[in-house]
Amino acid sequence: MKQYDIVVIGGGPAGLAAAISAKKAGVTNLLILERDSTLGGILNQCIHNGFGLHTFKEELTGPEYASRFIAEAKEMEIPYQLGAMVLSVSPEKVITYMSKAEGLVQISAKAIILAMGCRERPRGALNIPGFRPAGIYSAGTAQRLMNIEGYSVGKEVVILGSGDIGLIMARRMTLEGAKVKVVAELMPYSGGLKRNIVQCLNDFDIPLLLSHTVVGIDGKDRLTGVTIAKVDANRQPIPGTEIHYDCDTLLLSCGLIPENELTKEIGVGMNRVTSGPNVDDRLQTDVPGVFACGNVLHVHDLVDYVSSEAALAGANAAKYVLDESEKANAHKVVIKAENGVRYTVPQTIDIANMSDSVTVRFRVGDIYQNRAVCVYYDGKKISSRKKRVLAPGEMEQVILKKNSFADCPELSEIVICTEEA
Amino acid sequence: MEVKNLTCIGCPMGCSLTVTIECDNIGVEGNTCPRGADYAKKEVTNPTRIVTSSVRVIGADIARVSVKTASDIPKGKIFACMEEICKAEMQAPVAIGDVVIENCAGTGVNVIATKNVSLKK
Repeated sequence: MKQYDIVVIGGGPAGLAAAISAKKAGVTNLLILERDSTLGGILNQCIHNGFGLHTFKEELTGPEYASRFIAEAKEMEIPYQLGAMVLSVSPEKVITYMSKAEGLVQISAKAIILAMGCRERPRGALNIPGFRPAGIYSAGTAQRLMNIEGYSVGKEVVILGSGDIGLIMARRMTLEGAKVKVVAELMPYSGGLKRNIVQCLNDFDIPLLLSHTVVGIDGKDRLTGVTIAKVDANRQPIPGTEIHYDCDTLLLSCGLIPENELTKEIGVGMNRVTSGPNVDDRLQTDVPGVFACGNVLHVHDLVDYVSSEAALAGANAAKYVLDESEKANAHKVVIKAENGVRYTVPQTIDIANMSDSVTVRFRVGDIYQNRAVCVYYDGKKISSRKKRVLAPGEMEQVILKKNSFADCPELSEIVICTEEA
Repeated sequence: MEVKNLTCIGCPMGCSLTVTIECDNIGVEGNTCPRGADYAKKEVTNPTRIVTSSVRVIGADIARVSVKTASDIPKGKIFACMEEICKAEMQAPVAIGDVVIENCAGTGVNVIATKNVSLKK
């Protein structure tokens, strides 16, 4: 069985940045496993612009952003295997994958970086009644069909869910000559970025109906229409509010779910809110030597943050492989998310061994205006930062500095919460 | 004096901007970077957008190559631009930055490829 120092599962933006960073940190015996026929992951179908403002200080499209990382990985001669589907990973870090070129292969790794990304919530998980005619797609599937395979997908479109992919596809289909009649969102707020509401919906006068959902599907072979109704505070449809739309296409943009089947098989502790693994400040899971980054860890809005998070995971995986002292069991302080903060990543922090600063990313559970994001160490308020708007669709962060812990060596709990400003 | 509320699309922060227009004086508040002020001034005088799409590519393993306008174009020209993009074709191999359409829809802006596409294997 071939042995590697680091195996990266997934060759999308997270996997590429993690591998590049691990190699820069001195690990040469590494491998990226990618199930698709190209590197770059979901960026290949995200042909819109808006990527890279943080990483490259310029506005790039998805394929351009990916190409820079692919070029760097190739220049650094990082080995990768395409068409390689990982079937299982054991707690002993033995990876079994299948590829057309090699057949069934088992390899072992000293460290594993999980970078498998996420997938879309499918129709089956949404409890939409009615037949199952052609013409109902997840927004990302439609995006792939249109942007990579060159199909037109549909002419008259209704979109359920206002996640970013749904908003981007509303514009995309409009540009390609389709009529997008409405975007319906179950929640009283959009799950997408504000800028996407402006440039994808408002620019083209596409209405956004908040607190609305699809209650009926018409058509047996091909979709012929959908019925949308307003929902109450408990997200239950209100009788009498139904509106019918004739359409041949329904796109679903109702959330992304980290793809963690392999992670669970390793026996890694999972987080119920993120649906990703719990990690410490090195992005290491509770199985030593197993790291996670990108959308498999928690769903991001921005690929730029994925790249920086993945670079951190790659550097720490390299440290784990190269430095024996890194494996010592450390005392980890729990970071608790409270009062409007739904979760944090990382979930624990090893204060004694942390780097100079640790970025803690989180999401809030509701729309808040003029609210403060506060950090407490064992009940003592350490910082408070006022925000004009906090929204579930926009990831937030606080930076914890190592020197802020100087006065509390016995710290047992960090709380990140929102408060009335 | 006219007051307009905008959301900046310059980056994903999406700052809420308040623009006050008084004859030729345009004041911008709420921006956290200079790009926000530039965006707001442009948005109330001559709004522009970068258009992204894809065109057919011949002789490659994939069906489409992604493209964009090399810089932002007037909002009113988006659909005229799309009409030309829909008719365009490229021959593999394609490199990022290759010009697909020169002076698209009379905007003076080229449409360029945003993806490297190699010849069919």
